[in-house]
Amino acid sequence: MQTIKDMISYVQENYDLLLLYTGQHLLMVVCGVFLALIAGTLLGIVCARYKKAAPFILALANIIQIIPSLALLAILMVYFGLGFYTVVAGLFLYSLLPIIRNTYVGLDQVDKSLVEAGHGIGMTYLQLLLKVQLPLAMPFIMAGLRIAAVIAVGVATIAPFVGGDGLGREIFSGINSRNDMRIFVGAIPASLLAIIADLILGRMERNMKYSTKPKTSQP
Amino acid sequence: MIRLEKVYKRYADGFQALTDINLDLEAGKIHVFIGPSGCGKSTTMKLINRLITPSEGKIFIDGEDITGVNPVQLRRKIGYVIQNIGLFPHMTISENVAVVPRLLKWDEDKIQNKVNELLSLVNLPPETYKNRYPGELSGGQQQRVGVIRALAAEPDIILMDEPFSALDPISREQLQDELTNLQENIQKTIIFVTHDMDEAIKIADNIVLMKAGEVVQVGTPEQILRHPANDFVKEFIGKKRLVEHRENPFLNSFDAEGVPSVKDVMIDKPVTASPSRGLASSLNLMEQRRVDSLIIVDKNRKLLGYAPILNVLSEISDETKVLADVMQSFKFAVKPDDPFTVALEFMGQNNAPYVPVVNDANVLVGAVTRGSIVRLMSEVYPVAEEVL
Repeated sequence: MQTIKDMISYVQENYDLLLLYTGQHLLMVVCGVFLALIAGTLLGIVCARYKKAAPFILALANIIQIIPSLALLAILMVYFGLGFYTVVAGLFLYSLLPIIRNTYVGLDQVDKSLVEAGHGIGMTYLQLLLKVQLPLAMPFIMAGLRIAAVIAVGVATIAPFVGGDGLGREIFSGINSRNDMRIFVGAIPASLLAIIADLILGRMERNMKYSTKPKTSQP
Repeated sequence: MIRLEKVYKRYADGFQALTDINLDLEAGKIHVFIGPSGCGKSTTMKLINRLITPSEGKIFIDGEDITGVNPVQLRRKIGYVIQNIGLFPHMTISENVAVVPRLLKWDEDKIQNKVNELLSLVNLPPETYKNRYPGELSGGQQQRVGVIRALAAEPDIILMDEPFSALDPISREQLQDELTNLQENIQKTIIFVTHDMDEAIKIADNIVLMKAGEVVQVGTPEQILRHPANDFVKEFIGKKRLVEHRENPFLNSFDAEGVPSVKDVMIDKPVTASPSRGLASSLNLMEQRRVDSLIIVDKNRKLLGYAPILNVLSEISDETKVLADVMQSFKFAVKPDDPFTVALEFMGQNNAPYVPVVNDANVLVGAVTRGSIVRLMSEVYPVAEEVL
């Protein structure tokens, strides 16, 4: 009971710092995942178009995913130095696999007869991709984005090891000063961020599924 | 007018898909490409919108060699309907119909007018259907939309790849009728691929019969039925139809073809019931279908026996009884490939009104009835003209 009271008063005193950490945390995640969304979707499209390249691209992304997060960040630090960019680069690499894989699967599951119909009525490859395949693959791509975002929120907590900011700072301060309360004050918002990201992106994913409800207004 | 000249198609694995195809397809007619699966009918059709490129030979549309034309531009001028309908599920009906006009960058007003006009043409009121999604429509309605999508950009040529084969028989008949009616107004050059001879005879102005990558015979349905080029064509058209169309059945009766088999004679939907059906409802079914016995099958349509109306009536006062209690087993059944005389002989000797037809797994596929035999007789021996 005492700890909870202490925690509340600590948060009240330091809320501006905690908000800053949360903001930094989010910024790293959003930058890393956003870049991965662009690169991963493109790579996923390449995989779907050139089936022979798919195993290589997916294997490479898999290998990146297998490297322990701390090791990956440490290696990146050698090249990018301490700080924000190293963390963003790490989160970017970490988010690639789910996005590439889901884009690939999403495009691949589009009914072949729709692709045939699209070609047959005179769509170019790009028109087919933008008007038919990507819209129908959207729920899959969003699912990949959601997995990537949740992983990235977690990985971002070890940013302080390579000179990054974010809620990890509070957790590490807690560890260093043997202060359980500060560990909680860092860990709870980090977990909440992951849960919220999961909920919001999950809802977006469901909304992306093409509705079968009649449209009310003319497009 | 579409012209194919000495067209060959070989695939990289050495498979010879098409051999020396020469066709002149007249404008404004329905040309049906027909043949068994793998005969190259779809391949030939896809040459016309360059979904497939020939290995050798030339294809002309209105005198222009299309091998030099940009395939995307070409396809926008040729309507295309596929077997699996291929409506885009994330677009409304109106968006689906408008796809090609939008690719061609028509005015939005013109597009909307066209969409409304076309939907009305196939009896889908625009105000009801425009903003629905394909998933909300029945298969037949969806393929109507598939057909008008191909018409939207006012192409002169429409390619249809087995467009109605995935539909239920009733929708299929309706769409065939609608297509022929539609064609009277629009007068397009339609290339229609099918493997169903009934469909071909019904809708075609010109039939192109293919086998193993070669054209076997080209002609109107009437020409092909009356003068089949060879045994393959005879076989493909089917014995029944040849008999129907033979000018003088007395001069060349069955002997050339042999005796028709059971499957040519049988009715394929005899009145059946499950063994757990109650007696009163069985009686009702018999009254509705005007039969005096029910063939009893299990849920996999395996033949169990039959229930004559007398058995049903004698037990009807007992409400707990079901068909299984009054059922009798058949003494005899025939296979679809047996000569129909086997059935005839049994019916004659036992004074049986019908014989069930089962396949090797004892599943009911039809029945040879007195009515079906009378029908066969009238086909073989139509009323001679002198008598009329």
